[in-house]
Amino acid sequence: MRATITLAGMALLSTPAIAETMEIEIDIPQLKVAEYHRPYVAAWIARPDNSVAANLAVWYQQERRGEDEGKTWLKDLRQWWRRTGRQLELPIDGVSSATRAPGTHTISLDTETSGLKDMEPGDYVLNIEAVREVGGRELVRIPFSWPATGNAPLSVSGETELGNISLNITQDN
Amino acid sequence: MKHLAVKFLAASTVLLACAGTASAHRAWILPSTFTFSGDEQWVTVDAAISNDLFFPNHHAIDPAAITVTAPDGSTVEITNAMRGEIRSMFDFKMDQQGTYRISTTGGPSYFANWTEDGERKRWRGSLETMRAEGVDQKPGIEISQTYRSNESFVTLGAPSTEVFATTGSGLELSPVTHPNDIFAGEAASFKFLLDGAPAEGIEVTIVPGNDRYRDDPAETKVTTDATGTFTFTPDRPGPYWLTASSDSTTEVDGSAMRKRASYTMTFEALPF
Repeated sequence: MRATITLAGMALLSTPAIAETMEIEIDIPQLKVAEYHRPYVAAWIARPDNSVAANLAVWYQQERRGEDEGKTWLKDLRQWWRRTGRQLELPIDGVSSATRAPGTHTISLDTETSGLKDMEPGDYVLNIEAVREVGGRELVRIPFSWPATGNAPLSVSGETELGNISLNITQDN
Repeated sequence: MKHLAVKFLAASTVLLACAGTASAHRAWILPSTFTFSGDEQWVTVDAAISNDLFFPNHHAIDPAAITVTAPDGSTVEITNAMRGEIRSMFDFKMDQQGTYRISTTGGPSYFANWTEDGERKRWRGSLETMRAEGVDQKPGIEISQTYRSNESFVTLGAPSTEVFATTGSGLELSPVTHPNDIFAGEAASFKFLLDGAPAEGIEVTIVPGNDRYRDDPAETKVTTDATGTFTFTPDRPGPYWLTASSDSTTEVDGSAMRKRASYTMTFEALPF
């Protein structure tokens, strides 16, 4: 399963940086519970003051047969909702999509074409938040420097609602 | 009819009495959820006067006395209103993005007490009625002017601030931090205005809910500064009850009297 996220409509004013690719792997664990619903998951990049530098993904129950109840629970991704979600007009092309099944999901971002292009050099935090109906909620945070100083992938493992989260920034040349 | 009037008076007195005391009966309006997402949502609200927060055990607040104001300032229809013995409830539908205010406000009303034939008498009502009934002519009369306000705020989508427009009478809250943007471990600030001017030196009491089995009530007391502003940091997530009152003097048609204004709000501190 491979999900490629592209943020379109970015200004072409910023100075050209070294081309980099950001790859984020999100592991949704298989849970043995009586009532299982796929989690809502949000991924975003924050500055040290928690302001949002880039919205990467939000996976939630999409409108079906005219029923649009899925948005009711977006506020349960409560950090995402506070920091950015409540300001957004959903759906957002390339960011919002349906919930995902347990397994490893990859978000690939090319700095040439994605929202990362406008990111000033500095310290950032990758946030992955997951919340599950009649289940728990978890927020995993991975601090990183931009642009990447090395090629070592960073990874943090969630404990309940999220499995391993890894962030791999590679220089293209 | 007389019986009804007396009952109403008794209920009003309870509201008045509870307004100024921090540890006795507490009036509260508690929405089922404070922060909502989606295009439209229903919210259900409980309203009561109780000792414990937020467990009904004393009196209901009449839902007819409660007004819901939409982000655009219009009045929202209350449905399924039920007045129980110790709690009221009602629902309303939100279909505008932004912040709604749920409130009961009163004032000015007048509270009088005097002694007649060795018996202590109490009276409450409007200035006009008081004059019409000659209450203000009783010997040894003490009259106070009272304002009270009890509110809660809920938000669908992003918070908005239109419903915080002040009227310039009584004790009113002006947000520095939006009431639906309060987080445990983070400082929150508000400003009190008395008759539209910054209210300095007002003591504000903040109590976390779910206190039934809590040995330490965990009350926080802060005082407003010269700009009417106070700041506190909720230490735990969940619903809170905030109350404050002012005690000053005023003059009504040339006669000096005591002026009491109270303000109460429920809000929720969200976890990180």
